[in-house]
Amino acid sequence: MAKVLIQFAHPTLSKSSIQKTLETYCRKVKGVTFNDLYEYYPDLYIDVKREQKLLAQHDIIIFQHPFYWYSSPPILKQWQDLVLEYNWAYGPEGTALAGKKILNAISCGGGREAYKETGYNRFPVTQFLLPFNQTAHLCKMEYLPPFVVHETYNMSDEMIKNYGERYASILTSLVNDEFQAEHFQGVEYINELVPALQV
Amino acid sequence: MQQTVFFQAMIYLAAAVVMVPIAKRLGLGSVLGYLVAGIIIGPACLQFIGTEGQDIMHFAEFGVVMMLFVIGLELEPSRLWRMRKNIAGLGGMQVVLTSVVVAGLAMLFQVGWKEALALGMIVAMSSTAIVMQTLDEKGWLKTVAGQSSFAVLLFQDLAIIPMLALFPLLADHIPAGESHGADQGTLVSGLPAWIQAVVVLSSVAVVIITGKYLLRPVFRLMAKTGMREMFTATALLLVVGIAVLMTSVGLSPALGAFVAGVVLANSEYRHELESSIDPFKGLLLGLFFISVGTSIDFELIMSKPLVILGLVTGFMAIKMAVLFGLGKTFKVRNAQNFIFSFGLCQIGEFAFVLLSFSAQEGVLTKETTDTMMAVVAISMALTPLVMMLNEKLILPRLCAVKEGTEVHQVSDVEEEDNPVIIAGYGHFGNTIGRFLRANNVMATVLDNDSDNVDFLRRMGLKVYYGDATRYELLEIAGANKAQIIIIAISDEEKRLEMIETIKKHFPNLHILVRSTNRNDAYDLMNAGIMHIYRETFDTSLRVGIDTLKLLGHRAHEATRSAKTFFIHDERTLKHLSSIRNEQEYVTAVREHIEELELIMQADRDSTDIRSLGGWDRKAEVEKTEG
Repeated sequence: MAKVLIQFAHPTLSKSSIQKTLETYCRKVKGVTFNDLYEYYPDLYIDVKREQKLLAQHDIIIFQHPFYWYSSPPILKQWQDLVLEYNWAYGPEGTALAGKKILNAISCGGGREAYKETGYNRFPVTQFLLPFNQTAHLCKMEYLPPFVVHETYNMSDEMIKNYGERYASILTSLVNDEFQAEHFQGVEYINELVPALQV
Repeated sequence: MQQTVFFQAMIYLAAAVVMVPIAKRLGLGSVLGYLVAGIIIGPACLQFIGTEGQDIMHFAEFGVVMMLFVIGLELEPSRLWRMRKNIAGLGGMQVVLTSVVVAGLAMLFQVGWKEALALGMIVAMSSTAIVMQTLDEKGWLKTVAGQSSFAVLLFQDLAIIPMLALFPLLADHIPAGESHGADQGTLVSGLPAWIQAVVVLSSVAVVIITGKYLLRPVFRLMAKTGMREMFTATALLLVVGIAVLMTSVGLSPALGAFVAGVVLANSEYRHELESSIDPFKGLLLGLFFISVGTSIDFELIMSKPLVILGLVTGFMAIKMAVLFGLGKTFKVRNAQNFIFSFGLCQIGEFAFVLLSFSAQEGVLTKETTDTMMAVVAISMALTPLVMMLNEKLILPRLCAVKEGTEVHQVSDVEEEDNPVIIAGYGHFGNTIGRFLRANNVMATVLDNDSDNVDFLRRMGLKVYYGDATRYELLEIAGANKAQIIIIAISDEEKRLEMIETIKKHFPNLHILVRSTNRNDAYDLMNAGIMHIYRETFDTSLRVGIDTLKLLGHRAHEATRSAKTFFIHDERTLKHLSSIRNEQEYVTAVREHIEELELIMQADRDSTDIRSLGGWDRKAEVEKTEG
C-alpha cells in the first residue's frame, strides 16, 4: 500500500467543472490525502514545516493543477521554492524525498493535437513539464508520466464524469502498487494505462 | 432612632449595594435602584432615615455639580460652540413653551397668574442627574437624542439664574421679613443691579482665567509630588471652590463647574481630573437619588392620591408633548425624538431649589409647595420606568422592520434568513458588512443607535434596533437560521454577555468576535471563542510593513516577516491564555520574545540562503559537476 498526496493548486476552483469533478472523485479514494494549497495558503504564505511533514508521510506526490501558461499556478512554484530546502530535498544530505514517486495531473484547454510539433503549441505537454521532471530528478524522486485532460473547454458532463472515474481508478492503482516500472515504458500519459481513456 | 454618622453611612451604602445590582440585573438602570433603595430606607418603609433625608439631598446635590464638571471636561469649547443653536433654540424654547403652557393651564384652574408662572418655570426644569446618568449608562450620550437632551439641560442650568432673580417679583404673599434677599446669603444681594452684574460676570471670568492659566502649573506641581491623593485633593478643591464662589455671587454652582470643566477640556490633565472626580461624583449622585427616594412623602400622597397622580401625569404629558414637538421642529428623528422627549419629561432637582425658594419668598403657599415636592419626587422616580417603557415597547416597534403598513408584534415578525448576522454596525462592523455585500453575501445587522438604524434602513439594509445581548432580538434577527454571527460591538462586557446568550440558545452559530486587545482576547478565549480578531493588530502590522519599506526593506520580505510575526503572535496568544498566572506569565512572555527573535532570525536567514544561492546556483553547481 502506497500513500498518495495530492498537492492541489487551483486559484478559482469554483469556475472549473473538470477540476471540481476530479477533486470529488479523488477525495473518495482511500489512501489519498488531498492538500488544497490555495485553501490553506490563500496569501501564498506556506507553512514549510507542515508541508515537509506531509511529504515525509507519503510515497507518491501528485501536483494536480490547471495547465496555466504551460505551467502551474504560482502557488506551486512558491511551494517548490520554499519547501524543497537545500540539504532536505536536495544537496549532499537532502534525501527526505529519495525514492518517492511524483507526477503532474493537469487539465488543459487545448487538444492533444495542439501539443505537437505541427500544432499551435509547438511542443508536447511532457516537454513543458520538464522543470517538474528535473526537479523530481534532483530530489532523487521518480518522475511518472502525467495524467492529462485535454480540451476542457467543450466537454460534455458525461465526459467529465468519465475522466473523474478514470482518475480515481488510476489513483486506486497507485495506492495498491499495481503499476510496475515497466508499465511506464514508452507511455506518454499515465492515462494510457487505463485503456478506456485513450483519446 | 438615635443615629451616628457611621450608622447612617452604613444604611445608605447598604441600601445602594443591595438595590443597585438588583436593578441593574433586572435591566432597570442604576437610578431606579437608588431611588427604590431610598424609598425602602426612608420614612415610608423601614424608617431608618427620617426627614433629615432632605438635608442629605442638599449635600448630595453637589454630585450634580461634579457631574457637570466632568461633562464639561469631555466637551471641548469648539464642540460647545457648535451646539449653541441647540442650546439656545431647543433649550430656550423648551423652557419658555413649557412654562407658558403649564402656567396657562394652571390659570384655567383658577390659579393666580403669578403663582401659575412660578409653577410653569418650576415644571419646565428637568433632572440633569437622572437624565445624564441614564443616557450615559445606555451609551446614548453621543446620539442625537443624547446631545439634544444635554443642550436642553444646559440651558435649564442657565435659566435658573434669571428665574431666581424673577421669583421675588412674583411674590403675592409678602413674607414676614422684608429682607428676603439676605436669606439667600449672597454677598452681592444688597448691591445695585449693575454692580451685581459686574460681579457675576467677573466671577465667571475668574473661573475661566483660572482654568486657563493658573490651574495647569498648579496641577503640574501636584503631579510632581507623585502623590495621587494630592492631585485628587486639588481637583476636589477646584470643584468645591468654584461652587462656593458661584453660590456667593448667586450663580448656579453646577454651571460654574461646567464652565471650569470646558476650560480644562483641552488640558493634558483632563483624564487625570476625570478619574479623580469620578468616584466622588458617582457616590454623591447615588446619595442624591437615594435622598430623592426618601423624600417622597407617602402620607401626603395617600391623603390626596388622585390630585397628585393627576398632576404627575399631567405635567409629564405636557412636558413630553412640548419636547416631542420641539424635537420634530429641530429635526430629531422619530426614535431619537422618543428617547429625547421621554427622557426629559420629569421635573428635576432644580425644582426642589425653586420650590423652597418660592416658599421663602411667598410666591407659593406651603400647601402648594408640599404637594409639588411630592409630585416632583414621583416624576423623578417614574423617569427610569418611563424610559424603560419607551425602550421596551415603543422603540422596538418604531425600529421594527415594517412589513406592508402594519407594525407587527415583535414575536410575529418573520425571522430573517440571512446567513450572517452582524451585531454592531459602527466603524468596525460596517467595513465587514460592506465587504460582505460587495461579495453578494447579505447580512442582518443589529445596532443600538436608532439614527444609525434609520439611515441603514433607508440604504436598504436589514437592520434591527436594540440590545444585541437580548435573546428575543437575536431570534428575530434569524439566529436560528444563520450560520455565522459577527460580534462587532465595542463594549467588552456586552460582547461577553452576548457570547453567553448565543452559546446557550444558538449553539450552532459560528461566533466571530472583535476584541479590544490582548487581555480582552484572553477573556474571549476563556469564554471558549475560536475566532478572535484584535481590532488593532492587523493594522499595526501594516504600519510595521510600511515602516520597513520606507527604511529600504524589500516589500515582499517585509510582508512575509509581518505574516510570520502574525502567526507567531496568534500562537503565543493561545499559549499565554492557558497560563495566566502572574509569575508564570512573566517568564513565559520573556521566553516567547526570545523564541520570536529566533524565528524571525531564522526566517531572515533562510531568505538570505534562497536569495543568495538557493535553487538555481545549487542546480548550476550540480550540473557542472555532473
